[in-house]
Amino acid sequence: MNWKAFLAMLARDVRVARRNFIPLLLQTFLQPLIFVFIFGRVMVGSGYMPAQYKSLLVPGILAISMFASGIWAVAMPLIAEFQISREIEDRLLAPMKISWVAVEKVVFGALQALASGVVVIPASWILLRPGVEFSLHRPLVFAAVALLVALFSASAGLVIGCTIEPPQTGLLFSLIISPMVFFGCAYYPWHALDAFPILQKAVLVNPLVYASEGLRAALVPQFPHLPLSIAFAGLIAFDALLFTAGLRQFQKKAVN
Amino acid sequence: MGVGIRTLDLRKTYLSSPVSPPAGDGVGTAPVQPKRRKVKTEIVALDGISLEIQPGEIFGLLGPNGAGKSTTVGIFTTRIKPSSGHVWVGEHDVWAEQVAVKRLIGVVAQRPNLDSSLTAREILVFHGAYFGLNSHERTKRAALLLDRFKLSDRANQMVRGFSGGMLQRLSIARAMMHDPQVLFLDEPSSGLDPQTRLLLWEIVREYNDSGKTVLLTTHNMEEADALCQRLAIIDHGRVIALGTPTELKASVPGGFILRLRFGHHSPSLVEQLKGLRGVRKVNAAQNSADVYADRGGSLLSEIANLASAAGVALSDAHISEPSLENLFLHHTGRGLRE
Repeated sequence: MNWKAFLAMLARDVRVARRNFIPLLLQTFLQPLIFVFIFGRVMVGSGYMPAQYKSLLVPGILAISMFASGIWAVAMPLIAEFQISREIEDRLLAPMKISWVAVEKVVFGALQALASGVVVIPASWILLRPGVEFSLHRPLVFAAVALLVALFSASAGLVIGCTIEPPQTGLLFSLIISPMVFFGCAYYPWHALDAFPILQKAVLVNPLVYASEGLRAALVPQFPHLPLSIAFAGLIAFDALLFTAGLRQFQKKAVN
Repeated sequence: MGVGIRTLDLRKTYLSSPVSPPAGDGVGTAPVQPKRRKVKTEIVALDGISLEIQPGEIFGLLGPNGAGKSTTVGIFTTRIKPSSGHVWVGEHDVWAEQVAVKRLIGVVAQRPNLDSSLTAREILVFHGAYFGLNSHERTKRAALLLDRFKLSDRANQMVRGFSGGMLQRLSIARAMMHDPQVLFLDEPSSGLDPQTRLLLWEIVREYNDSGKTVLLTTHNMEEADALCQRLAIIDHGRVIALGTPTELKASVPGGFILRLRFGHHSPSLVEQLKGLRGVRKVNAAQNSADVYADRGGSLLSEIANLASAAGVALSDAHISEPSLENLFLHHTGRGLRE
Protein backbone atom coordinates (compact mmCIF):
# COMPACT_ATOMS: atom_id res chain seq x y z
CA MET A 1 0.00 0.00 0.00
CA ASN A 2 1.37 3.42 -0.99
CA TRP A 3 0.48 5.59 2.00
CA LYS A 4 2.29 8.62 0.59
CA ALA A 5 0.01 8.71 -2.46
CA PHE A 6 -3.05 7.99 -0.33
CA LEU A 7 -2.30 10.79 2.13
CA ALA A 8 -1.43 13.18 -0.71
CA MET A 9 -4.87 12.58 -2.22
CA LEU A 10 -6.47 13.13 1.16
CA ALA A 11 -4.48 16.38 1.48
CA ARG A 12 -5.68 17.39 -1.99
CA ASP A 13 -9.32 16.86 -0.99
CA VAL A 14 -8.84 18.78 2.26
CA ARG A 15 -7.23 21.66 0.31
CA VAL A 16 -10.19 21.80 -2.07
CA ALA A 17 -12.71 21.60 0.80
CA ARG A 18 -10.90 24.41 2.65
CA ARG A 19 -11.00 26.53 -0.50
CA ASN A 20 -14.75 25.97 -0.82
CA PHE A 21 -15.41 26.27 2.91
CA ILE A 22 -18.26 28.82 2.86
CA PRO A 23 -20.33 27.28 0.03
CA LEU A 24 -19.73 23.88 1.60
CA LEU A 25 -20.96 25.12 4.96
CA LEU A 26 -24.11 26.63 3.48
CA GLN A 27 -24.81 23.61 1.31
CA THR A 28 -24.49 21.17 4.18
CA PHE A 29 -25.89 22.93 7.20
CA LEU A 30 -28.35 25.54 6.09
CA GLN A 31 -31.25 23.19 5.41
CA PRO A 32 -30.98 21.03 8.55
CA LEU A 33 -30.51 24.07 10.75
CA ILE A 34 -33.55 25.80 9.24
CA PHE A 35 -35.45 22.61 9.96
CA VAL A 36 -34.19 22.65 13.53
CA PHE A 37 -35.25 26.25 13.90
CA ILE A 38 -38.75 25.81 12.43
CA PHE A 39 -39.68 22.50 14.06
CA GLY A 40 -37.67 22.73 17.24
CA ARG A 41 -38.02 26.40 17.94
CA VAL A 42 -41.04 27.87 16.12
CA MET A 43 -43.40 24.87 16.29
CA VAL A 44 -42.45 24.02 19.86
CA GLY A 45 -42.49 27.68 20.93
CA SER A 46 -45.95 28.18 19.46
CA GLY A 47 -47.29 25.09 21.18
CA TYR A 48 -47.95 22.96 18.07
CA MET A 49 -45.25 20.48 19.06
CA PRO A 50 -44.50 19.17 22.56
CA ALA A 51 -41.39 20.59 24.22
CA GLN A 52 -39.68 17.19 24.28
CA TYR A 53 -39.68 17.16 20.47
CA LYS A 54 -36.61 19.40 20.62
CA SER A 55 -34.53 16.64 22.12
CA LEU A 56 -36.02 13.97 19.88
CA LEU A 57 -35.11 16.01 16.82
CA VAL A 58 -31.38 16.42 17.51
CA PRO A 59 -30.19 12.87 16.66
CA GLY A 60 -32.30 12.82 13.50
CA ILE A 61 -30.92 16.16 12.32
CA LEU A 62 -27.43 14.92 13.12
CA ALA A 63 -28.05 11.80 11.01
CA ILE A 64 -29.43 13.81 8.07
CA SER A 65 -26.57 16.32 8.17
CA MET A 66 -23.92 13.61 8.27
CA PHE A 67 -25.71 11.67 5.54
CA ALA A 68 -26.00 14.70 3.24
CA SER A 69 -22.46 15.79 3.97
CA GLY A 70 -20.94 12.36 3.23
CA ILE A 71 -22.92 11.96 0.03
CA TRP A 72 -22.06 15.47 -1.19
CA ALA A 73 -18.39 15.07 -0.42
CA VAL A 74 -18.07 11.86 -2.43
CA ALA A 75 -20.83 11.70 -5.05
CA MET A 76 -20.72 15.20 -6.51
CA PRO A 77 -16.97 15.33 -7.23
CA LEU A 78 -17.09 11.79 -8.60
CA ILE A 79 -19.97 12.56 -10.97
CA ALA A 80 -18.04 15.57 -12.28
CA GLU A 81 -14.53 14.14 -12.29
CA PHE A 82 -15.38 10.70 -13.57
CA GLN A 83 -18.08 11.39 -16.02
CA ILE A 84 -17.62 14.94 -17.24
CA SER A 85 -14.05 16.19 -16.97
CA ARG A 86 -12.12 12.94 -16.33
CA GLU A 87 -10.06 14.97 -13.86
CA ILE A 88 -9.71 11.91 -11.67
CA GLU A 89 -7.45 10.37 -14.34
CA ASP A 90 -4.32 11.84 -12.73
CA ARG A 91 -5.11 10.12 -9.45
CA LEU A 92 -5.94 6.84 -11.19
CA LEU A 93 -2.46 6.99 -12.71
CA ALA A 94 -0.78 7.47 -9.32
CA PRO A 95 1.40 4.51 -8.29
CA MET A 96 -1.27 2.90 -6.14
CA LYS A 97 -4.01 0.34 -6.80
CA ILE A 98 -6.99 2.20 -8.19
CA SER A 99 -9.34 0.80 -5.56
CA TRP A 100 -7.39 2.85 -3.00
CA VAL A 101 -8.48 6.02 -4.82
CA ALA A 102 -12.05 4.97 -4.00
CA VAL A 103 -11.08 4.16 -0.41
CA GLU A 104 -9.53 7.63 -0.10
CA LYS A 105 -12.77 9.19 -1.34
CA VAL A 106 -14.73 7.25 1.28
CA VAL A 107 -12.30 8.21 4.06
CA PHE A 108 -12.50 11.86 3.07
CA GLY A 109 -16.32 11.72 2.82
CA ALA A 110 -16.52 10.06 6.23
CA LEU A 111 -14.24 12.74 7.73
CA GLN A 112 -16.42 15.45 6.25
CA ALA A 113 -19.55 13.74 7.60
CA LEU A 114 -17.95 13.57 11.07
CA ALA A 115 -16.95 17.23 10.83
CA SER A 116 -20.52 18.12 9.99
CA GLY A 117 -21.67 16.18 13.06
CA VAL A 118 -19.22 18.11 15.21
CA VAL A 119 -20.74 21.38 13.94
CA VAL A 120 -24.41 20.33 14.04
CA ILE A 121 -24.50 19.22 17.68
CA PRO A 122 -23.49 22.58 19.21
CA ALA A 123 -25.35 24.54 16.52
CA SER A 124 -28.64 22.76 17.20
CA TRP A 125 -28.05 23.00 20.94
CA ILE A 126 -27.63 26.77 20.60
CA LEU A 127 -30.71 27.06 18.38
CA LEU A 128 -32.92 24.91 20.60
CA ARG A 129 -31.93 25.76 24.13
CA PRO A 130 -33.35 25.93 26.71
CA GLY A 131 -35.08 22.64 27.14
CA VAL A 132 -33.03 20.41 24.90
CA GLU A 133 -31.82 17.33 26.73
CA PHE A 134 -29.21 15.10 25.26
CA SER A 135 -26.24 13.63 26.93
CA LEU A 136 -23.04 11.92 25.92
CA HIS A 137 -23.25 9.46 28.76
CA ARG A 138 -21.81 6.69 26.56
CA PRO A 139 -19.18 8.48 24.50
CA LEU A 140 -17.68 5.33 23.00
CA VAL A 141 -21.07 4.07 21.83
CA PHE A 142 -21.81 7.48 20.36
CA ALA A 143 -18.42 7.60 18.63
CA ALA A 144 -18.90 4.11 17.19
CA VAL A 145 -22.39 4.90 15.88
CA ALA A 146 -21.20 8.24 14.46
CA LEU A 147 -18.30 6.53 12.70
CA LEU A 148 -20.58 3.92 11.14
CA VAL A 149 -23.02 6.63 10.05
CA ALA A 150 -20.16 8.60 8.48
CA LEU A 151 -18.91 5.51 6.63
CA PHE A 152 -22.40 4.65 5.45
CA SER A 153 -22.88 8.20 4.09
CA ALA A 154 -19.56 8.23 2.25
CA SER A 155 -20.09 4.71 0.88
CA ALA A 156 -23.55 5.70 -0.36
CA GLY A 157 -21.83 8.68 -2.02
CA LEU A 158 -19.40 6.28 -3.72
CA VAL A 159 -22.24 4.15 -5.09
CA ILE A 160 -24.17 7.20 -6.28
CA GLY A 161 -21.12 8.99 -7.70
CA CYS A 162 -20.17 5.98 -9.82
CA THR A 163 -23.70 5.13 -10.91
CA ILE A 164 -25.68 8.29 -11.56
CA GLU A 165 -25.12 9.92 -14.94
CA PRO A 166 -24.73 13.71 -14.83
CA PRO A 167 -28.15 14.45 -16.41
CA GLN A 168 -29.81 12.36 -13.71
CA THR A 169 -28.38 14.40 -10.84
CA GLY A 170 -31.75 16.13 -10.34
CA LEU A 171 -33.48 12.79 -9.95
CA LEU A 172 -30.98 11.84 -7.27
CA PHE A 173 -32.71 14.20 -4.87
CA SER A 174 -36.30 13.44 -5.72
CA LEU A 175 -35.88 9.68 -6.09
CA ILE A 176 -33.19 8.79 -3.59
CA ILE A 177 -32.26 11.46 -1.06
CA SER A 178 -35.73 12.83 -0.22
CA PRO A 179 -37.45 9.45 0.27
CA MET A 180 -34.48 8.25 2.31
CA VAL A 181 -34.63 11.31 4.54
CA PHE A 182 -38.40 11.32 5.06
CA PHE A 183 -38.64 7.56 5.59
CA GLY A 184 -35.41 7.50 7.57
CA CYS A 185 -36.94 8.00 11.06
CA ALA A 186 -35.00 11.24 11.38
CA TYR A 187 -37.96 13.43 12.35
CA TYR A 188 -39.76 10.75 14.33
CA PRO A 189 -38.70 7.58 16.17
CA TRP A 190 -39.20 4.22 14.50
CA HIS A 191 -41.78 3.33 17.17
CA ALA A 192 -43.92 6.21 15.96
CA LEU A 193 -44.68 3.96 12.99
CA ASP A 194 -46.33 1.32 15.26
CA ALA A 195 -49.66 2.45 13.85
CA PHE A 196 -48.42 1.77 10.30
CA PRO A 197 -47.10 -1.80 10.55
CA ILE A 198 -46.40 -2.29 6.84
CA LEU A 199 -44.57 1.01 6.53
CA GLN A 200 -42.71 0.25 9.76
CA LYS A 201 -41.29 -2.93 8.24
CA ALA A 202 -40.71 -1.41 4.83
CA VAL A 203 -38.54 1.43 6.14
CA LEU A 204 -36.08 -1.11 7.55
CA VAL A 205 -34.50 -1.34 4.09
CA ASN A 206 -33.49 2.30 4.52
CA PRO A 207 -30.05 2.52 6.13
CA LEU A 208 -30.82 6.00 7.45
CA VAL A 209 -33.30 4.37 9.90
CA TYR A 210 -30.41 2.62 11.66
CA ALA A 211 -28.40 5.84 11.61
CA SER A 212 -31.18 7.92 13.19
CA GLU A 213 -32.15 5.25 15.68
CA GLY A 214 -28.56 4.45 16.59
CA LEU A 215 -27.79 8.11 17.28
CA ARG A 216 -31.07 8.38 19.18
CA ALA A 217 -30.05 5.42 21.35
CA ALA A 218 -26.67 7.00 22.00
CA LEU A 219 -27.79 10.61 22.59
CA VAL A 220 -31.37 10.57 23.87
CA PRO A 221 -32.02 7.07 25.24
CA GLN A 222 -35.04 8.41 27.17
CA PHE A 223 -37.03 8.17 23.91
CA PRO A 224 -38.10 4.88 22.36
CA HIS A 225 -35.54 3.60 19.88
CA LEU A 226 -34.39 0.42 18.16
CA PRO A 227 -32.11 -1.71 20.34
CA LEU A 228 -28.49 -0.63 19.89
CA SER A 229 -27.54 -4.12 18.74
CA ILE A 230 -30.01 -3.89 15.83
CA ALA A 231 -28.83 -0.36 14.95
CA PHE A 232 -25.21 -1.54 14.96
CA ALA A 233 -26.03 -4.65 12.92
CA GLY A 234 -27.99 -2.60 10.38
CA LEU A 235 -25.26 0.02 10.03
CA ILE A 236 -22.45 -2.53 9.74
CA ALA A 237 -24.41 -4.52 7.15
CA PHE A 238 -25.23 -1.43 5.06
CA ASP A 239 -21.68 -0.07 5.41
CA ALA A 240 -20.30 -3.34 4.06
CA LEU A 241 -22.91 -3.63 1.32
CA LEU A 242 -22.61 -0.05 0.07
CA PHE A 243 -18.82 0.02 0.30
CA THR A 244 -18.47 -3.25 -1.63
CA ALA A 245 -20.99 -2.17 -4.26
CA GLY A 246 -19.36 1.27 -4.54
CA LEU A 247 -15.90 -0.21 -4.94
CA ARG A 248 -17.10 -2.53 -7.71
CA GLN A 249 -18.83 0.31 -9.50
CA PHE A 250 -15.71 2.47 -9.13
CA GLN A 251 -13.48 -0.17 -10.65
CA LYS A 252 -15.93 -0.71 -13.49
CA LYS A 253 -15.95 3.01 -14.21
CA ALA A 254 -12.22 3.47 -13.79
CA VAL A 255 -11.04 0.84 -16.26
CA ASN A 256 -12.39 0.61 -19.74
CA MET B 1 19.24 2.63 -18.94
CA GLY B 2 15.98 3.47 -20.69
CA VAL B 3 12.78 1.50 -20.60
CA GLY B 4 11.21 -0.04 -23.68
CA ILE B 5 7.72 -1.28 -24.49
CA ARG B 6 6.80 -4.61 -26.01
CA THR B 7 3.40 -5.83 -27.13
CA LEU B 8 2.32 -9.22 -28.33
CA ASP B 9 -0.79 -9.71 -30.42
CA LEU B 10 -2.77 -7.04 -28.62
CA ARG B 11 -6.48 -7.09 -29.28
CA LYS B 12 -9.31 -4.98 -27.97
CA THR B 13 -12.96 -5.32 -28.85
CA TYR B 14 -15.80 -3.24 -27.51
CA LEU B 15 -19.42 -4.26 -27.35
CA SER B 16 -21.82 -1.63 -28.49
CA SER B 17 -25.57 -1.51 -29.03
CA PRO B 18 -26.51 -1.07 -32.66
CA VAL B 19 -27.63 2.38 -33.72
CA SER B 20 -31.37 2.47 -34.42
CA PRO B 21 -32.14 3.19 -38.06
CA PRO B 22 -33.65 6.61 -38.62
CA ALA B 23 -37.46 6.75 -38.76
CA GLY B 24 -38.83 6.04 -42.22
CA ASP B 25 -35.53 4.66 -43.39
CA GLY B 26 -35.52 1.59 -45.61
CA VAL B 27 -39.26 1.18 -46.00
CA GLY B 28 -39.96 -2.32 -47.31
CA THR B 29 -36.32 -3.32 -47.14
CA ALA B 30 -35.78 -3.58 -43.41
CA PRO B 31 -35.55 -7.20 -42.24
CA VAL B 32 -38.58 -8.38 -40.32
CA GLN B 33 -37.64 -8.89 -36.70
CA PRO B 34 -39.93 -11.23 -34.79
CA LYS B 35 -38.96 -9.70 -31.48
CA ARG B 36 -37.26 -6.45 -30.56
CA ARG B 37 -34.00 -7.62 -29.05
CA LYS B 38 -30.97 -5.53 -28.39
CA VAL B 39 -28.13 -7.22 -30.20
CA LYS B 40 -24.75 -5.84 -29.27
CA THR B 41 -22.31 -5.23 -32.06
CA GLU B 42 -18.67 -6.12 -31.60
CA ILE B 43 -16.36 -3.29 -32.55
CA VAL B 44 -12.75 -4.27 -33.10
CA ALA B 45 -10.54 -1.41 -31.92
CA LEU B 46 -7.23 -3.29 -31.98
CA ASP B 47 -6.70 -6.31 -34.15
CA GLY B 48 -3.48 -7.99 -33.11
CA ILE B 49 -0.85 -5.32 -32.52
CA SER B 50 2.70 -6.53 -31.95
CA LEU B 51 5.32 -3.84 -31.48
CA GLU B 52 8.72 -3.43 -29.93
CA ILE B 53 9.57 0.11 -28.87
CA GLN B 54 13.24 0.45 -28.01
CA PRO B 55 14.43 2.08 -24.79
CA GLY B 56 15.27 5.72 -25.40
CA GLU B 57 13.55 6.19 -28.73
CA ILE B 58 10.81 8.57 -29.82
CA PHE B 59 8.23 6.30 -31.32
CA GLY B 60 5.12 7.51 -33.12
CA LEU B 61 1.78 5.94 -33.78
CA LEU B 62 0.41 7.58 -36.89
CA GLY B 63 -3.06 7.03 -38.18
CA PRO B 64 -6.41 8.62 -38.85
CA ASN B 65 -9.03 9.25 -36.16
CA GLY B 66 -10.50 5.98 -34.95
CA ALA B 67 -7.51 3.92 -36.09
CA GLY B 68 -6.86 2.61 -32.57
CA LYS B 69 -4.05 4.92 -31.46
CA SER B 70 -5.68 6.12 -28.23
CA THR B 71 -6.84 2.60 -27.37
CA THR B 72 -3.24 1.43 -27.75
CA VAL B 73 -2.01 4.19 -25.44
CA GLY B 74 -4.86 3.42 -23.01
CA ILE B 75 -3.73 -0.20 -22.79
CA PHE B 76 -0.04 0.75 -22.46
CA THR B 77 -0.91 3.05 -19.56
CA THR B 78 -3.10 0.63 -17.54
CA ARG B 79 -6.28 2.54 -18.31
CA ILE B 80 -7.87 0.08 -20.76
CA LYS B 81 -7.95 -3.68 -20.28
CA PRO B 82 -6.97 -5.55 -23.43
CA SER B 83 -9.30 -8.29 -24.66
CA SER B 84 -6.26 -10.47 -25.30
CA GLY B 85 -2.52 -10.20 -25.81
CA HIS B 86 0.24 -8.78 -23.63
CA VAL B 87 2.09 -5.52 -23.05
CA TRP B 88 5.28 -5.04 -21.10
CA VAL B 89 6.71 -1.71 -20.04
CA GLY B 90 10.33 -2.55 -19.21
CA GLU B 91 10.13 -5.90 -17.45
CA HIS B 92 6.64 -5.35 -16.10
CA ASP B 93 3.46 -6.84 -17.50
CA VAL B 94 1.17 -3.81 -17.73
CA TRP B 95 -2.04 -5.48 -16.63
CA ALA B 96 -0.55 -7.71 -13.91
CA GLU B 97 1.87 -5.16 -12.40
CA GLN B 98 -0.02 -1.91 -12.74
CA VAL B 99 1.55 -0.08 -9.81
CA ALA B 100 5.10 -0.81 -10.96
CA VAL B 101 4.20 0.34 -14.47
CA LYS B 102 2.54 3.52 -13.25
CA ARG B 103 5.76 4.47 -11.48
CA LEU B 104 7.61 4.35 -14.80
CA ILE B 105 5.21 6.26 -17.01
CA GLY B 106 3.93 9.80 -17.51
CA VAL B 107 0.77 10.30 -19.51
CA VAL B 108 -0.67 13.24 -21.43
CA ALA B 109 -4.24 12.47 -22.44
CA GLN B 110 -5.76 13.61 -25.69
CA ARG B 111 -8.22 15.85 -23.85
CA PRO B 112 -6.82 18.01 -21.02
CA ASN B 113 -8.00 16.56 -17.72
CA LEU B 114 -6.34 18.92 -15.27
CA ASP B 115 -7.69 19.25 -11.75
CA SER B 116 -9.92 22.31 -12.05
CA SER B 117 -10.15 22.72 -8.27
CA LEU B 118 -6.44 23.51 -8.01
CA THR B 119 -4.02 26.17 -9.21
CA ALA B 120 -1.44 25.35 -11.87
CA ARG B 121 1.31 25.08 -9.25
CA GLU B 122 -0.82 22.93 -6.95
CA ILE B 123 -1.58 20.56 -9.84
CA LEU B 124 2.13 19.92 -10.27
CA VAL B 125 2.91 19.81 -6.56
CA PHE B 126 0.10 17.36 -5.75
CA HIS B 127 1.06 15.20 -8.71
CA GLY B 128 4.60 15.10 -7.32
CA ALA B 129 3.19 14.15 -3.93
CA TYR B 130 1.20 11.24 -5.44
CA PHE B 131 4.54 9.97 -6.75
CA GLY B 132 6.24 10.34 -3.37
CA LEU B 133 8.45 13.39 -4.05
CA ASN B 134 9.27 15.20 -0.82
CA SER B 135 8.06 18.73 -0.21
CA HIS B 136 11.33 20.40 -1.20
CA GLU B 137 11.73 18.34 -4.39
CA ARG B 138 8.22 18.87 -5.62
CA THR B 139 8.22 22.62 -5.00
CA LYS B 140 11.53 22.99 -6.81
CA ARG B 141 10.56 20.78 -9.72
CA ALA B 142 7.16 22.45 -10.12
CA ALA B 143 8.83 25.88 -10.32
CA LEU B 144 11.31 24.56 -12.89
CA LEU B 145 8.63 23.06 -15.11
CA LEU B 146 6.35 26.09 -14.86
CA ASP B 147 9.27 28.19 -16.02
CA ARG B 148 10.22 25.76 -18.80
CA PHE B 149 6.65 25.68 -20.11
CA LYS B 150 6.31 29.48 -19.80
CA LEU B 151 3.54 29.28 -17.21
CA SER B 152 5.26 30.95 -14.22
CA ASP B 153 3.18 34.11 -14.46
CA ARG B 154 -0.06 32.08 -14.16
CA ALA B 155 1.28 29.57 -11.62
CA ASN B 156 -0.99 30.60 -8.79
CA GLN B 157 -4.18 30.86 -10.79
CA MET B 158 -6.89 28.24 -11.09
CA VAL B 159 -6.70 26.52 -14.46
CA ARG B 160 -10.36 27.17 -15.30
CA GLY B 161 -9.50 30.31 -17.24
CA PHE B 162 -6.51 28.85 -19.10
CA SER B 163 -6.43 28.72 -22.90
CA GLY B 164 -6.27 25.38 -24.72
CA GLY B 165 -2.54 25.80 -25.35
CA MET B 166 -1.83 26.58 -21.71
CA LEU B 167 -3.82 23.56 -20.55
CA GLN B 168 -1.88 21.36 -22.94
CA ARG B 169 1.48 22.73 -21.77
CA LEU B 170 0.50 22.22 -18.13
CA SER B 171 -0.67 18.68 -18.90
CA ILE B 172 2.74 17.88 -20.33
CA ALA B 173 4.50 19.54 -17.40
CA ARG B 174 2.41 17.44 -15.04
CA ALA B 175 3.29 14.23 -16.87
CA MET B 176 6.99 15.14 -16.55
CA MET B 177 6.73 16.11 -12.89
CA HIS B 178 7.83 12.72 -11.52
CA ASP B 179 10.51 12.32 -14.20
CA PRO B 180 9.02 9.19 -15.80
CA GLN B 181 11.11 6.78 -17.84
CA VAL B 182 8.45 6.59 -20.55
CA LEU B 183 6.37 9.54 -21.64
CA PHE B 184 3.09 8.96 -23.47
CA LEU B 185 1.69 11.87 -25.45
CA ASP B 186 -1.69 11.32 -27.09
CA GLU B 187 -2.11 13.88 -29.88
CA PRO B 188 0.12 16.36 -28.03
CA SER B 189 0.01 19.20 -30.50
CA SER B 190 -3.66 19.18 -31.41
CA GLY B 191 -4.98 22.68 -30.87
CA LEU B 192 -1.54 24.21 -30.32
CA ASP B 193 -0.36 27.27 -32.20
CA PRO B 194 2.80 26.78 -34.32
CA GLN B 195 5.03 28.51 -31.79
CA THR B 196 3.86 26.33 -28.89
CA ARG B 197 4.15 23.26 -31.11
CA LEU B 198 7.81 24.07 -31.71
CA LEU B 199 8.34 24.57 -27.98
CA LEU B 200 6.71 21.18 -27.37
CA TRP B 201 8.91 19.46 -29.95
CA GLU B 202 11.99 21.03 -28.40
CA ILE B 203 10.99 19.84 -24.94
CA VAL B 204 10.22 16.32 -26.17
CA ARG B 205 13.61 16.08 -27.92
CA GLU B 206 15.38 17.40 -24.84
CA TYR B 207 13.56 14.86 -22.68
CA ASN B 208 14.53 12.10 -25.07
CA ASP B 209 18.17 13.26 -25.05
CA SER B 210 18.33 12.23 -21.39
CA GLY B 211 17.67 8.61 -22.44
CA LYS B 212 13.92 8.58 -21.84
CA THR B 213 11.46 6.80 -24.12
CA VAL B 214 8.68 8.83 -25.72
CA LEU B 215 5.61 7.39 -27.38
CA LEU B 216 3.34 9.81 -29.16
CA THR B 217 0.27 9.45 -31.27
CA THR B 218 -0.53 11.87 -34.02
CA HIS B 219 -2.40 12.22 -37.23
CA ASN B 220 -0.11 15.07 -38.19
CA MET B 221 2.49 13.82 -40.64
CA GLU B 222 4.70 16.82 -40.21
CA GLU B 223 4.95 16.12 -36.51
CA ALA B 224 5.57 12.41 -37.01
CA ASP B 225 8.23 13.18 -39.60
CA ALA B 226 9.96 15.86 -37.55
CA LEU B 227 9.91 14.21 -34.16
CA CYS B 228 9.77 10.43 -34.39
CA GLN B 229 12.76 8.18 -34.82
CA ARG B 230 10.48 5.28 -35.74
CA LEU B 231 6.83 5.09 -36.65
CA ALA B 232 4.06 2.57 -36.78
CA ILE B 233 1.26 3.44 -39.13
CA ILE B 234 -2.02 2.17 -37.77
CA ASP B 235 -5.32 1.70 -39.51
CA HIS B 236 -8.39 -0.23 -38.37
CA GLY B 237 -6.48 -1.48 -35.32
CA ARG B 238 -3.60 -2.98 -37.30
CA VAL B 239 -0.02 -1.95 -37.89
CA ILE B 240 0.21 -1.48 -41.63
CA ALA B 241 3.77 -0.17 -41.80
CA LEU B 242 6.71 0.18 -39.43
CA GLY B 243 10.08 1.87 -39.76
CA THR B 244 11.92 5.19 -39.68
CA PRO B 245 10.15 8.06 -41.45
CA THR B 246 12.82 7.94 -44.20
CA GLU B 247 12.46 4.19 -44.69
CA LEU B 248 8.72 4.43 -44.76
CA LYS B 249 8.66 7.24 -47.26
CA ALA B 250 11.13 5.38 -49.46
CA SER B 251 8.83 2.35 -49.46
CA VAL B 252 6.28 4.20 -51.61
CA PRO B 253 7.11 3.37 -55.26
CA GLY B 254 8.57 6.51 -56.76
CA GLY B 255 7.58 8.72 -53.87
CA PHE B 256 5.07 10.92 -55.71
CA ILE B 257 1.43 9.96 -56.09
CA LEU B 258 -0.84 11.52 -58.69
CA ARG B 259 -4.51 10.86 -57.96
CA LEU B 260 -6.45 11.18 -61.20
CA ARG B 261 -10.14 11.12 -61.98
CA PHE B 262 -11.44 10.59 -65.51
CA GLY B 263 -14.75 11.13 -67.28
CA HIS B 264 -14.96 7.40 -67.92
CA HIS B 265 -12.93 4.25 -67.51
CA SER B 266 -10.41 3.44 -70.23
CA PRO B 267 -8.18 0.34 -69.82
CA SER B 268 -6.02 1.38 -72.77
CA LEU B 269 -5.30 4.77 -71.17
CA VAL B 270 -4.22 3.00 -67.97
CA GLU B 271 -1.80 0.87 -69.99
CA GLN B 272 -0.41 4.01 -71.64
CA LEU B 273 0.03 5.66 -68.23
CA LYS B 274 2.17 2.73 -67.10
CA GLY B 275 4.49 3.38 -70.04
CA LEU B 276 5.24 7.01 -69.13
CA ARG B 277 8.79 7.81 -67.99
CA GLY B 278 9.20 7.68 -64.20
CA VAL B 279 5.90 5.87 -63.55
CA ARG B 280 6.43 2.92 -61.20
CA LYS B 281 2.95 1.67 -60.62
CA VAL B 282 -0.66 2.49 -61.52
CA ASN B 283 -3.59 1.48 -59.33
CA ALA B 284 -6.67 1.90 -61.48
CA ALA B 285 -10.25 1.78 -60.27
CA GLN B 286 -13.56 2.45 -62.05
CA ASN B 287 -12.84 5.91 -63.43
CA SER B 288 -9.88 6.91 -61.32
CA ALA B 289 -6.22 6.00 -61.08
CA ASP B 290 -3.39 6.47 -58.56
CA VAL B 291 -0.13 6.89 -60.42
CA TYR B 292 3.06 6.23 -58.41
CA ALA B 293 6.02 7.99 -59.96
CA ASP B 294 9.38 9.57 -59.20
CA ARG B 295 8.20 12.97 -60.45
CA GLY B 296 5.05 15.01 -60.04
CA GLY B 297 4.10 18.20 -61.86
CA SER B 298 6.08 17.50 -65.04
CA LEU B 299 4.15 14.26 -65.51
CA LEU B 300 0.79 15.95 -65.41
CA SER B 301 0.97 17.59 -68.83
CA GLU B 302 1.97 14.26 -70.39
CA ILE B 303 -1.00 12.55 -68.69
CA ALA B 304 -3.35 15.31 -69.89
CA ASN B 305 -2.07 14.86 -73.46
CA LEU B 306 -2.54 11.07 -73.33
CA ALA B 307 -6.06 11.45 -71.93
CA SER B 308 -6.96 13.98 -74.58
CA ALA B 309 -5.62 11.73 -77.35
CA ALA B 310 -7.63 8.80 -75.94
CA GLY B 311 -10.79 10.94 -75.83
CA VAL B 312 -11.05 10.67 -72.06
CA ALA B 313 -11.74 13.79 -69.99
CA LEU B 314 -9.33 14.35 -67.09
CA SER B 315 -11.76 15.75 -64.53
CA ASP B 316 -9.52 15.98 -61.44
CA ALA B 317 -5.85 15.61 -60.56
CA HIS B 318 -4.03 15.84 -57.25
CA ILE B 319 -0.29 15.59 -56.80
CA SER B 320 1.12 14.36 -53.47
CA GLU B 321 4.82 14.88 -52.87
CA PRO B 322 6.82 12.16 -51.03
CA SER B 323 5.30 12.10 -47.55
CA LEU B 324 3.88 9.88 -44.88
CA GLU B 325 0.46 10.72 -46.20
CA ASN B 326 1.47 9.05 -49.48
CA LEU B 327 2.60 6.06 -47.51
CA PHE B 328 -0.77 5.83 -45.83
CA LEU B 329 -2.47 6.21 -49.17
CA HIS B 330 -0.22 3.55 -50.64
CA HIS B 331 -1.14 1.02 -47.95
CA THR B 332 -4.81 1.78 -47.47
CA GLY B 333 -5.96 3.42 -50.69
CA ARG B 334 -7.24 6.28 -48.51
CA GLY B 335 -5.82 9.60 -47.40
CA LEU B 336 -5.17 10.19 -43.70
CA ARG B 337 -8.03 12.62 -43.47
CA GLU B 338 -10.55 10.63 -45.49
